[in-house]
Amino acid sequence: MEILLAILIGSLYTAGVYMLLRRSILKFIIGIIFISNATNLLVFMSSGLVKGNPPFTAPDGTPLEQTADPLNQALVLTAIVIGLGVVAYTLALKYKFFELTKTDDLDELKQTEEV
Amino acid sequence: MILTTLPILIPLVLIIVLMFSKSSIFSEVVTIIGTFTLLAVSLIATIYVNNNGLLVAYIGGWQAPYGITLVIDHFSSILLLTTSIILVSISIYALKYFPKTSQYKRFYIFFFTLTMGINGAFITGDIFNLYVWFEVMLLSSFVLITFGNQKQQLQGGIKYLAMNLVGSLFLLAGIGLIYGKTGTLNIAKLAEIIGNYEGEIFWLNTSGILIFIAFGIKAALFPLFYWLPASYHTPNITITSLFAGILTKVGVYALVRFFTLFLAIDQEFWQNLILTIAGLTMLSGGMAASTQYDNRKILSYHIISQIGYMIMGLGIFTTLSIAGAIFFIMHNMIAKTNVFLTAGMIDKIKGTYNLKNLGGLYKSNPLMAFLFIIPAFALAGIPQLSGFFAKFILIKAGFEDGHYITTSVALFTGLLTLYSMIKIWNEAFLKKAPEHVSDNKNIKLTFKDYLPSVILGSISILMGIFASEVFDFVHHAAESLMDNATYIKSVLK
Repeated sequence: MEILLAILIGSLYTAGVYMLLRRSILKFIIGIIFISNATNLLVFMSSGLVKGNPPFTAPDGTPLEQTADPLNQALVLTAIVIGLGVVAYTLALKYKFFELTKTDDLDELKQTEEV
Repeated sequence: MILTTLPILIPLVLIIVLMFSKSSIFSEVVTIIGTFTLLAVSLIATIYVNNNGLLVAYIGGWQAPYGITLVIDHFSSILLLTTSIILVSISIYALKYFPKTSQYKRFYIFFFTLTMGINGAFITGDIFNLYVWFEVMLLSSFVLITFGNQKQQLQGGIKYLAMNLVGSLFLLAGIGLIYGKTGTLNIAKLAEIIGNYEGEIFWLNTSGILIFIAFGIKAALFPLFYWLPASYHTPNITITSLFAGILTKVGVYALVRFFTLFLAIDQEFWQNLILTIAGLTMLSGGMAASTQYDNRKILSYHIISQIGYMIMGLGIFTTLSIAGAIFFIMHNMIAKTNVFLTAGMIDKIKGTYNLKNLGGLYKSNPLMAFLFIIPAFALAGIPQLSGFFAKFILIKAGFEDGHYITTSVALFTGLLTLYSMIKIWNEAFLKKAPEHVSDNKNIKLTFKDYLPSVILGSISILMGIFASEVFDFVHHAAESLMDNATYIKSVLK
């Protein structure tokens, strides 16, 4: 399972980098989404996977053996929420920019140099 | 300890108050009161830390290393104090220089979200929490940099956003891997684990490199700095000055914190890497600055070259050099903001940032010339101003430790800085105003326009006069960074 997820993370990163290097702004944003999901999975995986043992304690409070690490899951939740906010902002920015310039081409971003 | 959480809580309360603000005058008053309160709080925190040792707070009552810890040590208190001085001057500056559009009131809200992110990044003692504060800071800076909604700002915003988003994903990946390897996120616990580990710790280098790249992007280090000059000149000058003074230095802060407290494992490898990058950063920034003719662009490239000095202090890695780096960060935050403020003043009178269309300001406005020359000379390192001592400490540390090449590069970059400053001085102040540019704007600057620059300028001078006191102060901070035992003991009681 870990190998499979590792391959998935790797391919997500690859796809993400490929999309980041495209000229279209929208594809750039898709690239960001890929990379941020790959990173989330990486954080989730970082302390290993434990199957079928949720992080609960026994009724008397003693910890069970070999439970999944809850902290990673909390970290990933935070990271997902942040990623969602960032992508929402990026899409809004792209929309505003498209409204103003009618272009989706990153190579057209040259007005900043002509000050 | 309530004092520890105040630098985050005050901006949070102010954001909520400002959201319900009906008039822009109310927002202005609240902002100015707020920034002065922050200044007072950080001053008290600095004095407290200096006298009694570290301020530690455990959020939610969870003891370290399990919960989120907030720590104010010497280094963070110094940066908190410097930041709040800049915030005070920017809040006064915004009254006069930020256009009174429909966005004017919203500017103050995001001003404080940015403040909250910066202060949070300075005082957190938990690396994942640091990532969260970086995101708070980043998102508010995204909003601020696109204020104005013109083509220029949106384009600059996209450039700024692209690189910084990738940077924060690198940071998250690095932090995740560190957690996987060590099982903790607490900085003090990490320092303890790594300090007590026997044998080679090369397995931490992967996370180290990821984090170094992430902070390198934020701090605008050599191969990763292209977002900065592409975007810093597009927003309103108030926002540019705010960013120029503070944002990149938060990246430097994080680098110093990480690489002194726990990441400096394979010292030789990191030292060489950091020193090489520092030299290239200084040189490329300084050279690029000297080819520009837009006032803001010269100064933007300058930010990069000055970041090189701070990183050089980290790379030399002796107590003296770290002290020099902290001194340099303090001096640079203040002087850099100040030169941007004067660039804004020139623009207000002349309506342009292009040096070719400027001129004759020395005759028409000697006070402004004086206000420009203080931070400009401080940046160039003229004796008796703050920059001279900062550079002197760094270069002394470099030669003492035998890093001749990087130190010589630093000396040479000083000349490049002086050249750029003299260029601005000659073009904007000394030469005759070009005839084809009509000086139709009959704007007289009032005391309020000058005040922020006067505050920052006098601090630059005072830091030069009381250099030995400031040095004792930063040396203390450097000692506590180099010897992390006190930090570990105070956090993990």
